[in-house]
Amino acid sequence: MTGSKADFPLLLNEDYIYFDNAATSMRPKEVTDAITAFYEEMNANPMRGLYEWSINATEAYEGARKKVARFIGAKSASEIVFTRNSTESLNLVAYSYGRAFVNEGDEIVVSVSEHHSNILPWQMVAREKKAKLVWLECDENGAYSDEELESKIGPKTKVVAIAHVSNVLGQPKDLKKIAALAHSFGAVIVADGAQAAPHMAVDVQDLDVDFYVFSGHKMLGPMGIGVLYAKKALLEKMPPFLTGGEMIEYVTREDATFAEVPHKFEAGTVNAAGAVGLGAAIDYLNVLGFDAVRHREEKITALLMEEMAKIPHVTVYGDKDPAKHCGIVTFNIDGCHPHDVASILDADHICIRAGHHCAQPLMQYMKVNSTCRASVYFYNTENEVMRFVQSLARVREELGYGS
Amino acid sequence: MDLKQMYREIVNEHNLHPTHKYDLDAPTQVCRGINPSCGDDINLQLVVEDGVITDGSYNGTGCAISQASADMMLDLVIGKPLEEAEKLIDLFNRMIKGETTEEELEELDEAAALQDISHMPARVKCAQLGWRTLGEMIVKKEEE
Repeated sequence: MTGSKADFPLLLNEDYIYFDNAATSMRPKEVTDAITAFYEEMNANPMRGLYEWSINATEAYEGARKKVARFIGAKSASEIVFTRNSTESLNLVAYSYGRAFVNEGDEIVVSVSEHHSNILPWQMVAREKKAKLVWLECDENGAYSDEELESKIGPKTKVVAIAHVSNVLGQPKDLKKIAALAHSFGAVIVADGAQAAPHMAVDVQDLDVDFYVFSGHKMLGPMGIGVLYAKKALLEKMPPFLTGGEMIEYVTREDATFAEVPHKFEAGTVNAAGAVGLGAAIDYLNVLGFDAVRHREEKITALLMEEMAKIPHVTVYGDKDPAKHCGIVTFNIDGCHPHDVASILDADHICIRAGHHCAQPLMQYMKVNSTCRASVYFYNTENEVMRFVQSLARVREELGYGS
Repeated sequence: MDLKQMYREIVNEHNLHPTHKYDLDAPTQVCRGINPSCGDDINLQLVVEDGVITDGSYNGTGCAISQASADMMLDLVIGKPLEEAEKLIDLFNRMIKGETTEEELEELDEAAALQDISHMPARVKCAQLGWRTLGEMIVKKEEE
């Protein structure tokens, strides 16, 4: 591996510029090779078998779990539940923990900059349990002041749902402080790490978060594998989310007892190859190191913001400090609808995201219908940034405004 | 026609200088059309007298393709009986799916310039918004 574009087969085509990394990252050959190797070398259903291939598959799957545990500093691998993605992890927490432990009159604190996946499950719990959703309002940079946090998190709070990093504005949150505040009132914190885990070293024990979720596919891993970290004591008292195969201890005609955590939460045949691919992605990131990831990313983001600031009629949202963006640069061009901007850039083979980014409450707060989002990762280059801004500078003209 | 050419030759003009983007004083039919995932949102207004569309307008927000397509549609359907408008909607939808002949396309006049949207699945809904809304309005009118 080189830690650069050269490791990513799809990026070898220099005609294309991929600036949609916040939606999903590229995958290096190390990851796709690991997935292929799983299917070509063991390919048995993990956990069930009593023969060599199945034992190897089980070891590969559980080995990936151990890698994930080390990657985020969990106390033990049994605190790691594999899911399909962050959305499923958050739904698991809401359906299992939320429905069992939130009661009528309780408050669920949700931040206005959340992705819909950390809003809708809590709306469901609030409706069903007659609990109240309380909204944390951010400032224009997507940050939450101490006063705001202290005025919304209180004795009635049962759950605080907040993203480590926003998928629109970046802006890492001080989860350690928010967790301590939540704990002081006996509440739990559910942190969405989907946009953080690819970009920074995370230590769940240091942060003292109760739940932390992320997706494999945004951090070089395959699609279809996600992670839920939860403190073991919580997992043990939570009811299962899905029931069926491989999550039981004993089943009679009327009843069942469930398997130990984390298997209690992994019903049915698991995505073992996906977990192995995620393990390979973690290996890649560990060798590269998050210092290098951040250094590259901040340099590219700073250049991108500096060059975009030179283009008339372009508004970049969020913090002035590129380091706070975690590679995410959300913007609009005066008079141009984001979908038209994305189509014009697509004609130049530049991939960006346009729309509401599954964060409509934040869009409403920002008083925009939709925005464009360019998001970079460590493998993007200065040359790509310069080609992007050249195209961007021509968009208004292409959409009929005088040059 | 490539995408940039389509914008330059037809979409930009109708988006930036629309003929029919305003509110009618006394519409007989009004129908709102929304593309939730894009935020395209138009309010289509018609005057229908004895089964003929005698006047029409739209207002709203959205991408250039949704707005321009609605403007071109009104160019075509004002002055036409409802049955003919329905035929044009069907023709437009078949064009977007790439199922029309060159000859048929002439009937769509300028709107035929949106033909290549059929190669851009992400923008199909934008181009269809005005037409879909008109179709819903005609169905409602027929149920009256």
